[in-house]
Amino acid sequence: MTEPREVIIVGSGPAGLTAALYAARGSLRPLVIEGLESGGQLMLTTAIENFPGFRDGIMGPELMGEMQAQAERFGAELLQEEVTSVDLRSQPIRVRTSGQEHLTRALIIATGASARLLGLPSERTLMGRGVSTCATCDGYFFRDCEIAVVGGGDTAVEEAIYLTKFASKVTLIHRRDQLRASKVMQEKAFANPKITLRWNTLVEEVKDVDKGEVSRLVLRDKVTGEASELPVQALFVAIGHTPNTSLFAGQIEMDGDGYLVTRGGTKTSVPGVFACGDVQDRVYRQAITAAGSGCMAAIDAEHYLESLK
Amino acid sequence: MASDKIQTFTDATFADSVEKATTPVLVDFWAEWCAPCKRLGPTVDALAAEFQGRMSVGKLNVDENPMTPTRFGIRGIPTLLLFKGGQIVESVVGLVGKDELKRIIEKHV
Repeated sequence: MTEPREVIIVGSGPAGLTAALYAARGSLRPLVIEGLESGGQLMLTTAIENFPGFRDGIMGPELMGEMQAQAERFGAELLQEEVTSVDLRSQPIRVRTSGQEHLTRALIIATGASARLLGLPSERTLMGRGVSTCATCDGYFFRDCEIAVVGGGDTAVEEAIYLTKFASKVTLIHRRDQLRASKVMQEKAFANPKITLRWNTLVEEVKDVDKGEVSRLVLRDKVTGEASELPVQALFVAIGHTPNTSLFAGQIEMDGDGYLVTRGGTKTSVPGVFACGDVQDRVYRQAITAAGSGCMAAIDAEHYLESLK
Repeated sequence: MASDKIQTFTDATFADSVEKATTPVLVDFWAEWCAPCKRLGPTVDALAAEFQGRMSVGKLNVDENPMTPTRFGIRGIPTLLLFKGGQIVESVVGLVGKDELKRIIEKHV
């Protein structure tokens, strides 16, 4: 039987890689299982202007590349696989990937969150046919087209601004009468002549499933109750994220929305299992807070491992 | 690495290399600026190695070859299309794990 690792980190966004950096510098020789969305949500963003230390901003993928290189420099080992199952109750903890089974004394969960969808059948059918959750991936296909973005947070506003590089017009559809996005982002959106806002509006249907392309949206005004149609060739969905915790269902405490519950720092309900980043954060959800909690998780894991000796 | 088993398709070669091929062909539509596409790369390499002899595998850069994605109505990447006898038998959009892709491909090759 192979000797268990001191610590395995699941996830490779800012939380996972910061945990890896600290664990590596603590001589814990961490293994990072990167997961499908390697590098996390920042891989899909453009310029990040609120990560301290980069006065002119830094591109999301570049920042993640730096974090990865920094963690590796101190001995973190990165594995480009995804976890298929875990057994948190066994000691050592068992983590299975498609390739093999790994054993570890401590586990840091940093699986983050993935884009949430509206939940319309038509939205799912037309995914990749005009419906998208990744402006940097798919904006290219809609040059000189009219596009809609649904959402009101920083991601939605950033995507809307980014898409004006390609689109002739971008309609930002939001269900409330004000944006959640930061003031700086809001001002950028309001100042952009290509962006139009539709307040208090819900997307009820994406047409046209029969043609296999997006041709228009069916909208409903929440105040008047009136339905209307908006002709667009693409819909970018940016209505927030859901935590990636299905892997751990039934083995660890979660709240009603699937976020991992942490207490006393990054401790979860299972001894030796720690959680950091968006998977346990429904409030802040920033790259810097994810990184900060990743650091905490590594320190908490180190203390836990010390206590076993 | 298995990347020597991966072909490069272009607008000019697509009909001959993919649609007239006698074995099934998996085509990976990608671009340099697409982070999930880059993430899918190693998976596609691994699939090429595992299905060698039963299926050929190639990539098409949508930036350099805009005609082919337009012809097939591709408006999001990464997209994987599996061709068999000149027909699309599977279409997979977005990042999907290797095990699931293997299951999808096994049905046809």
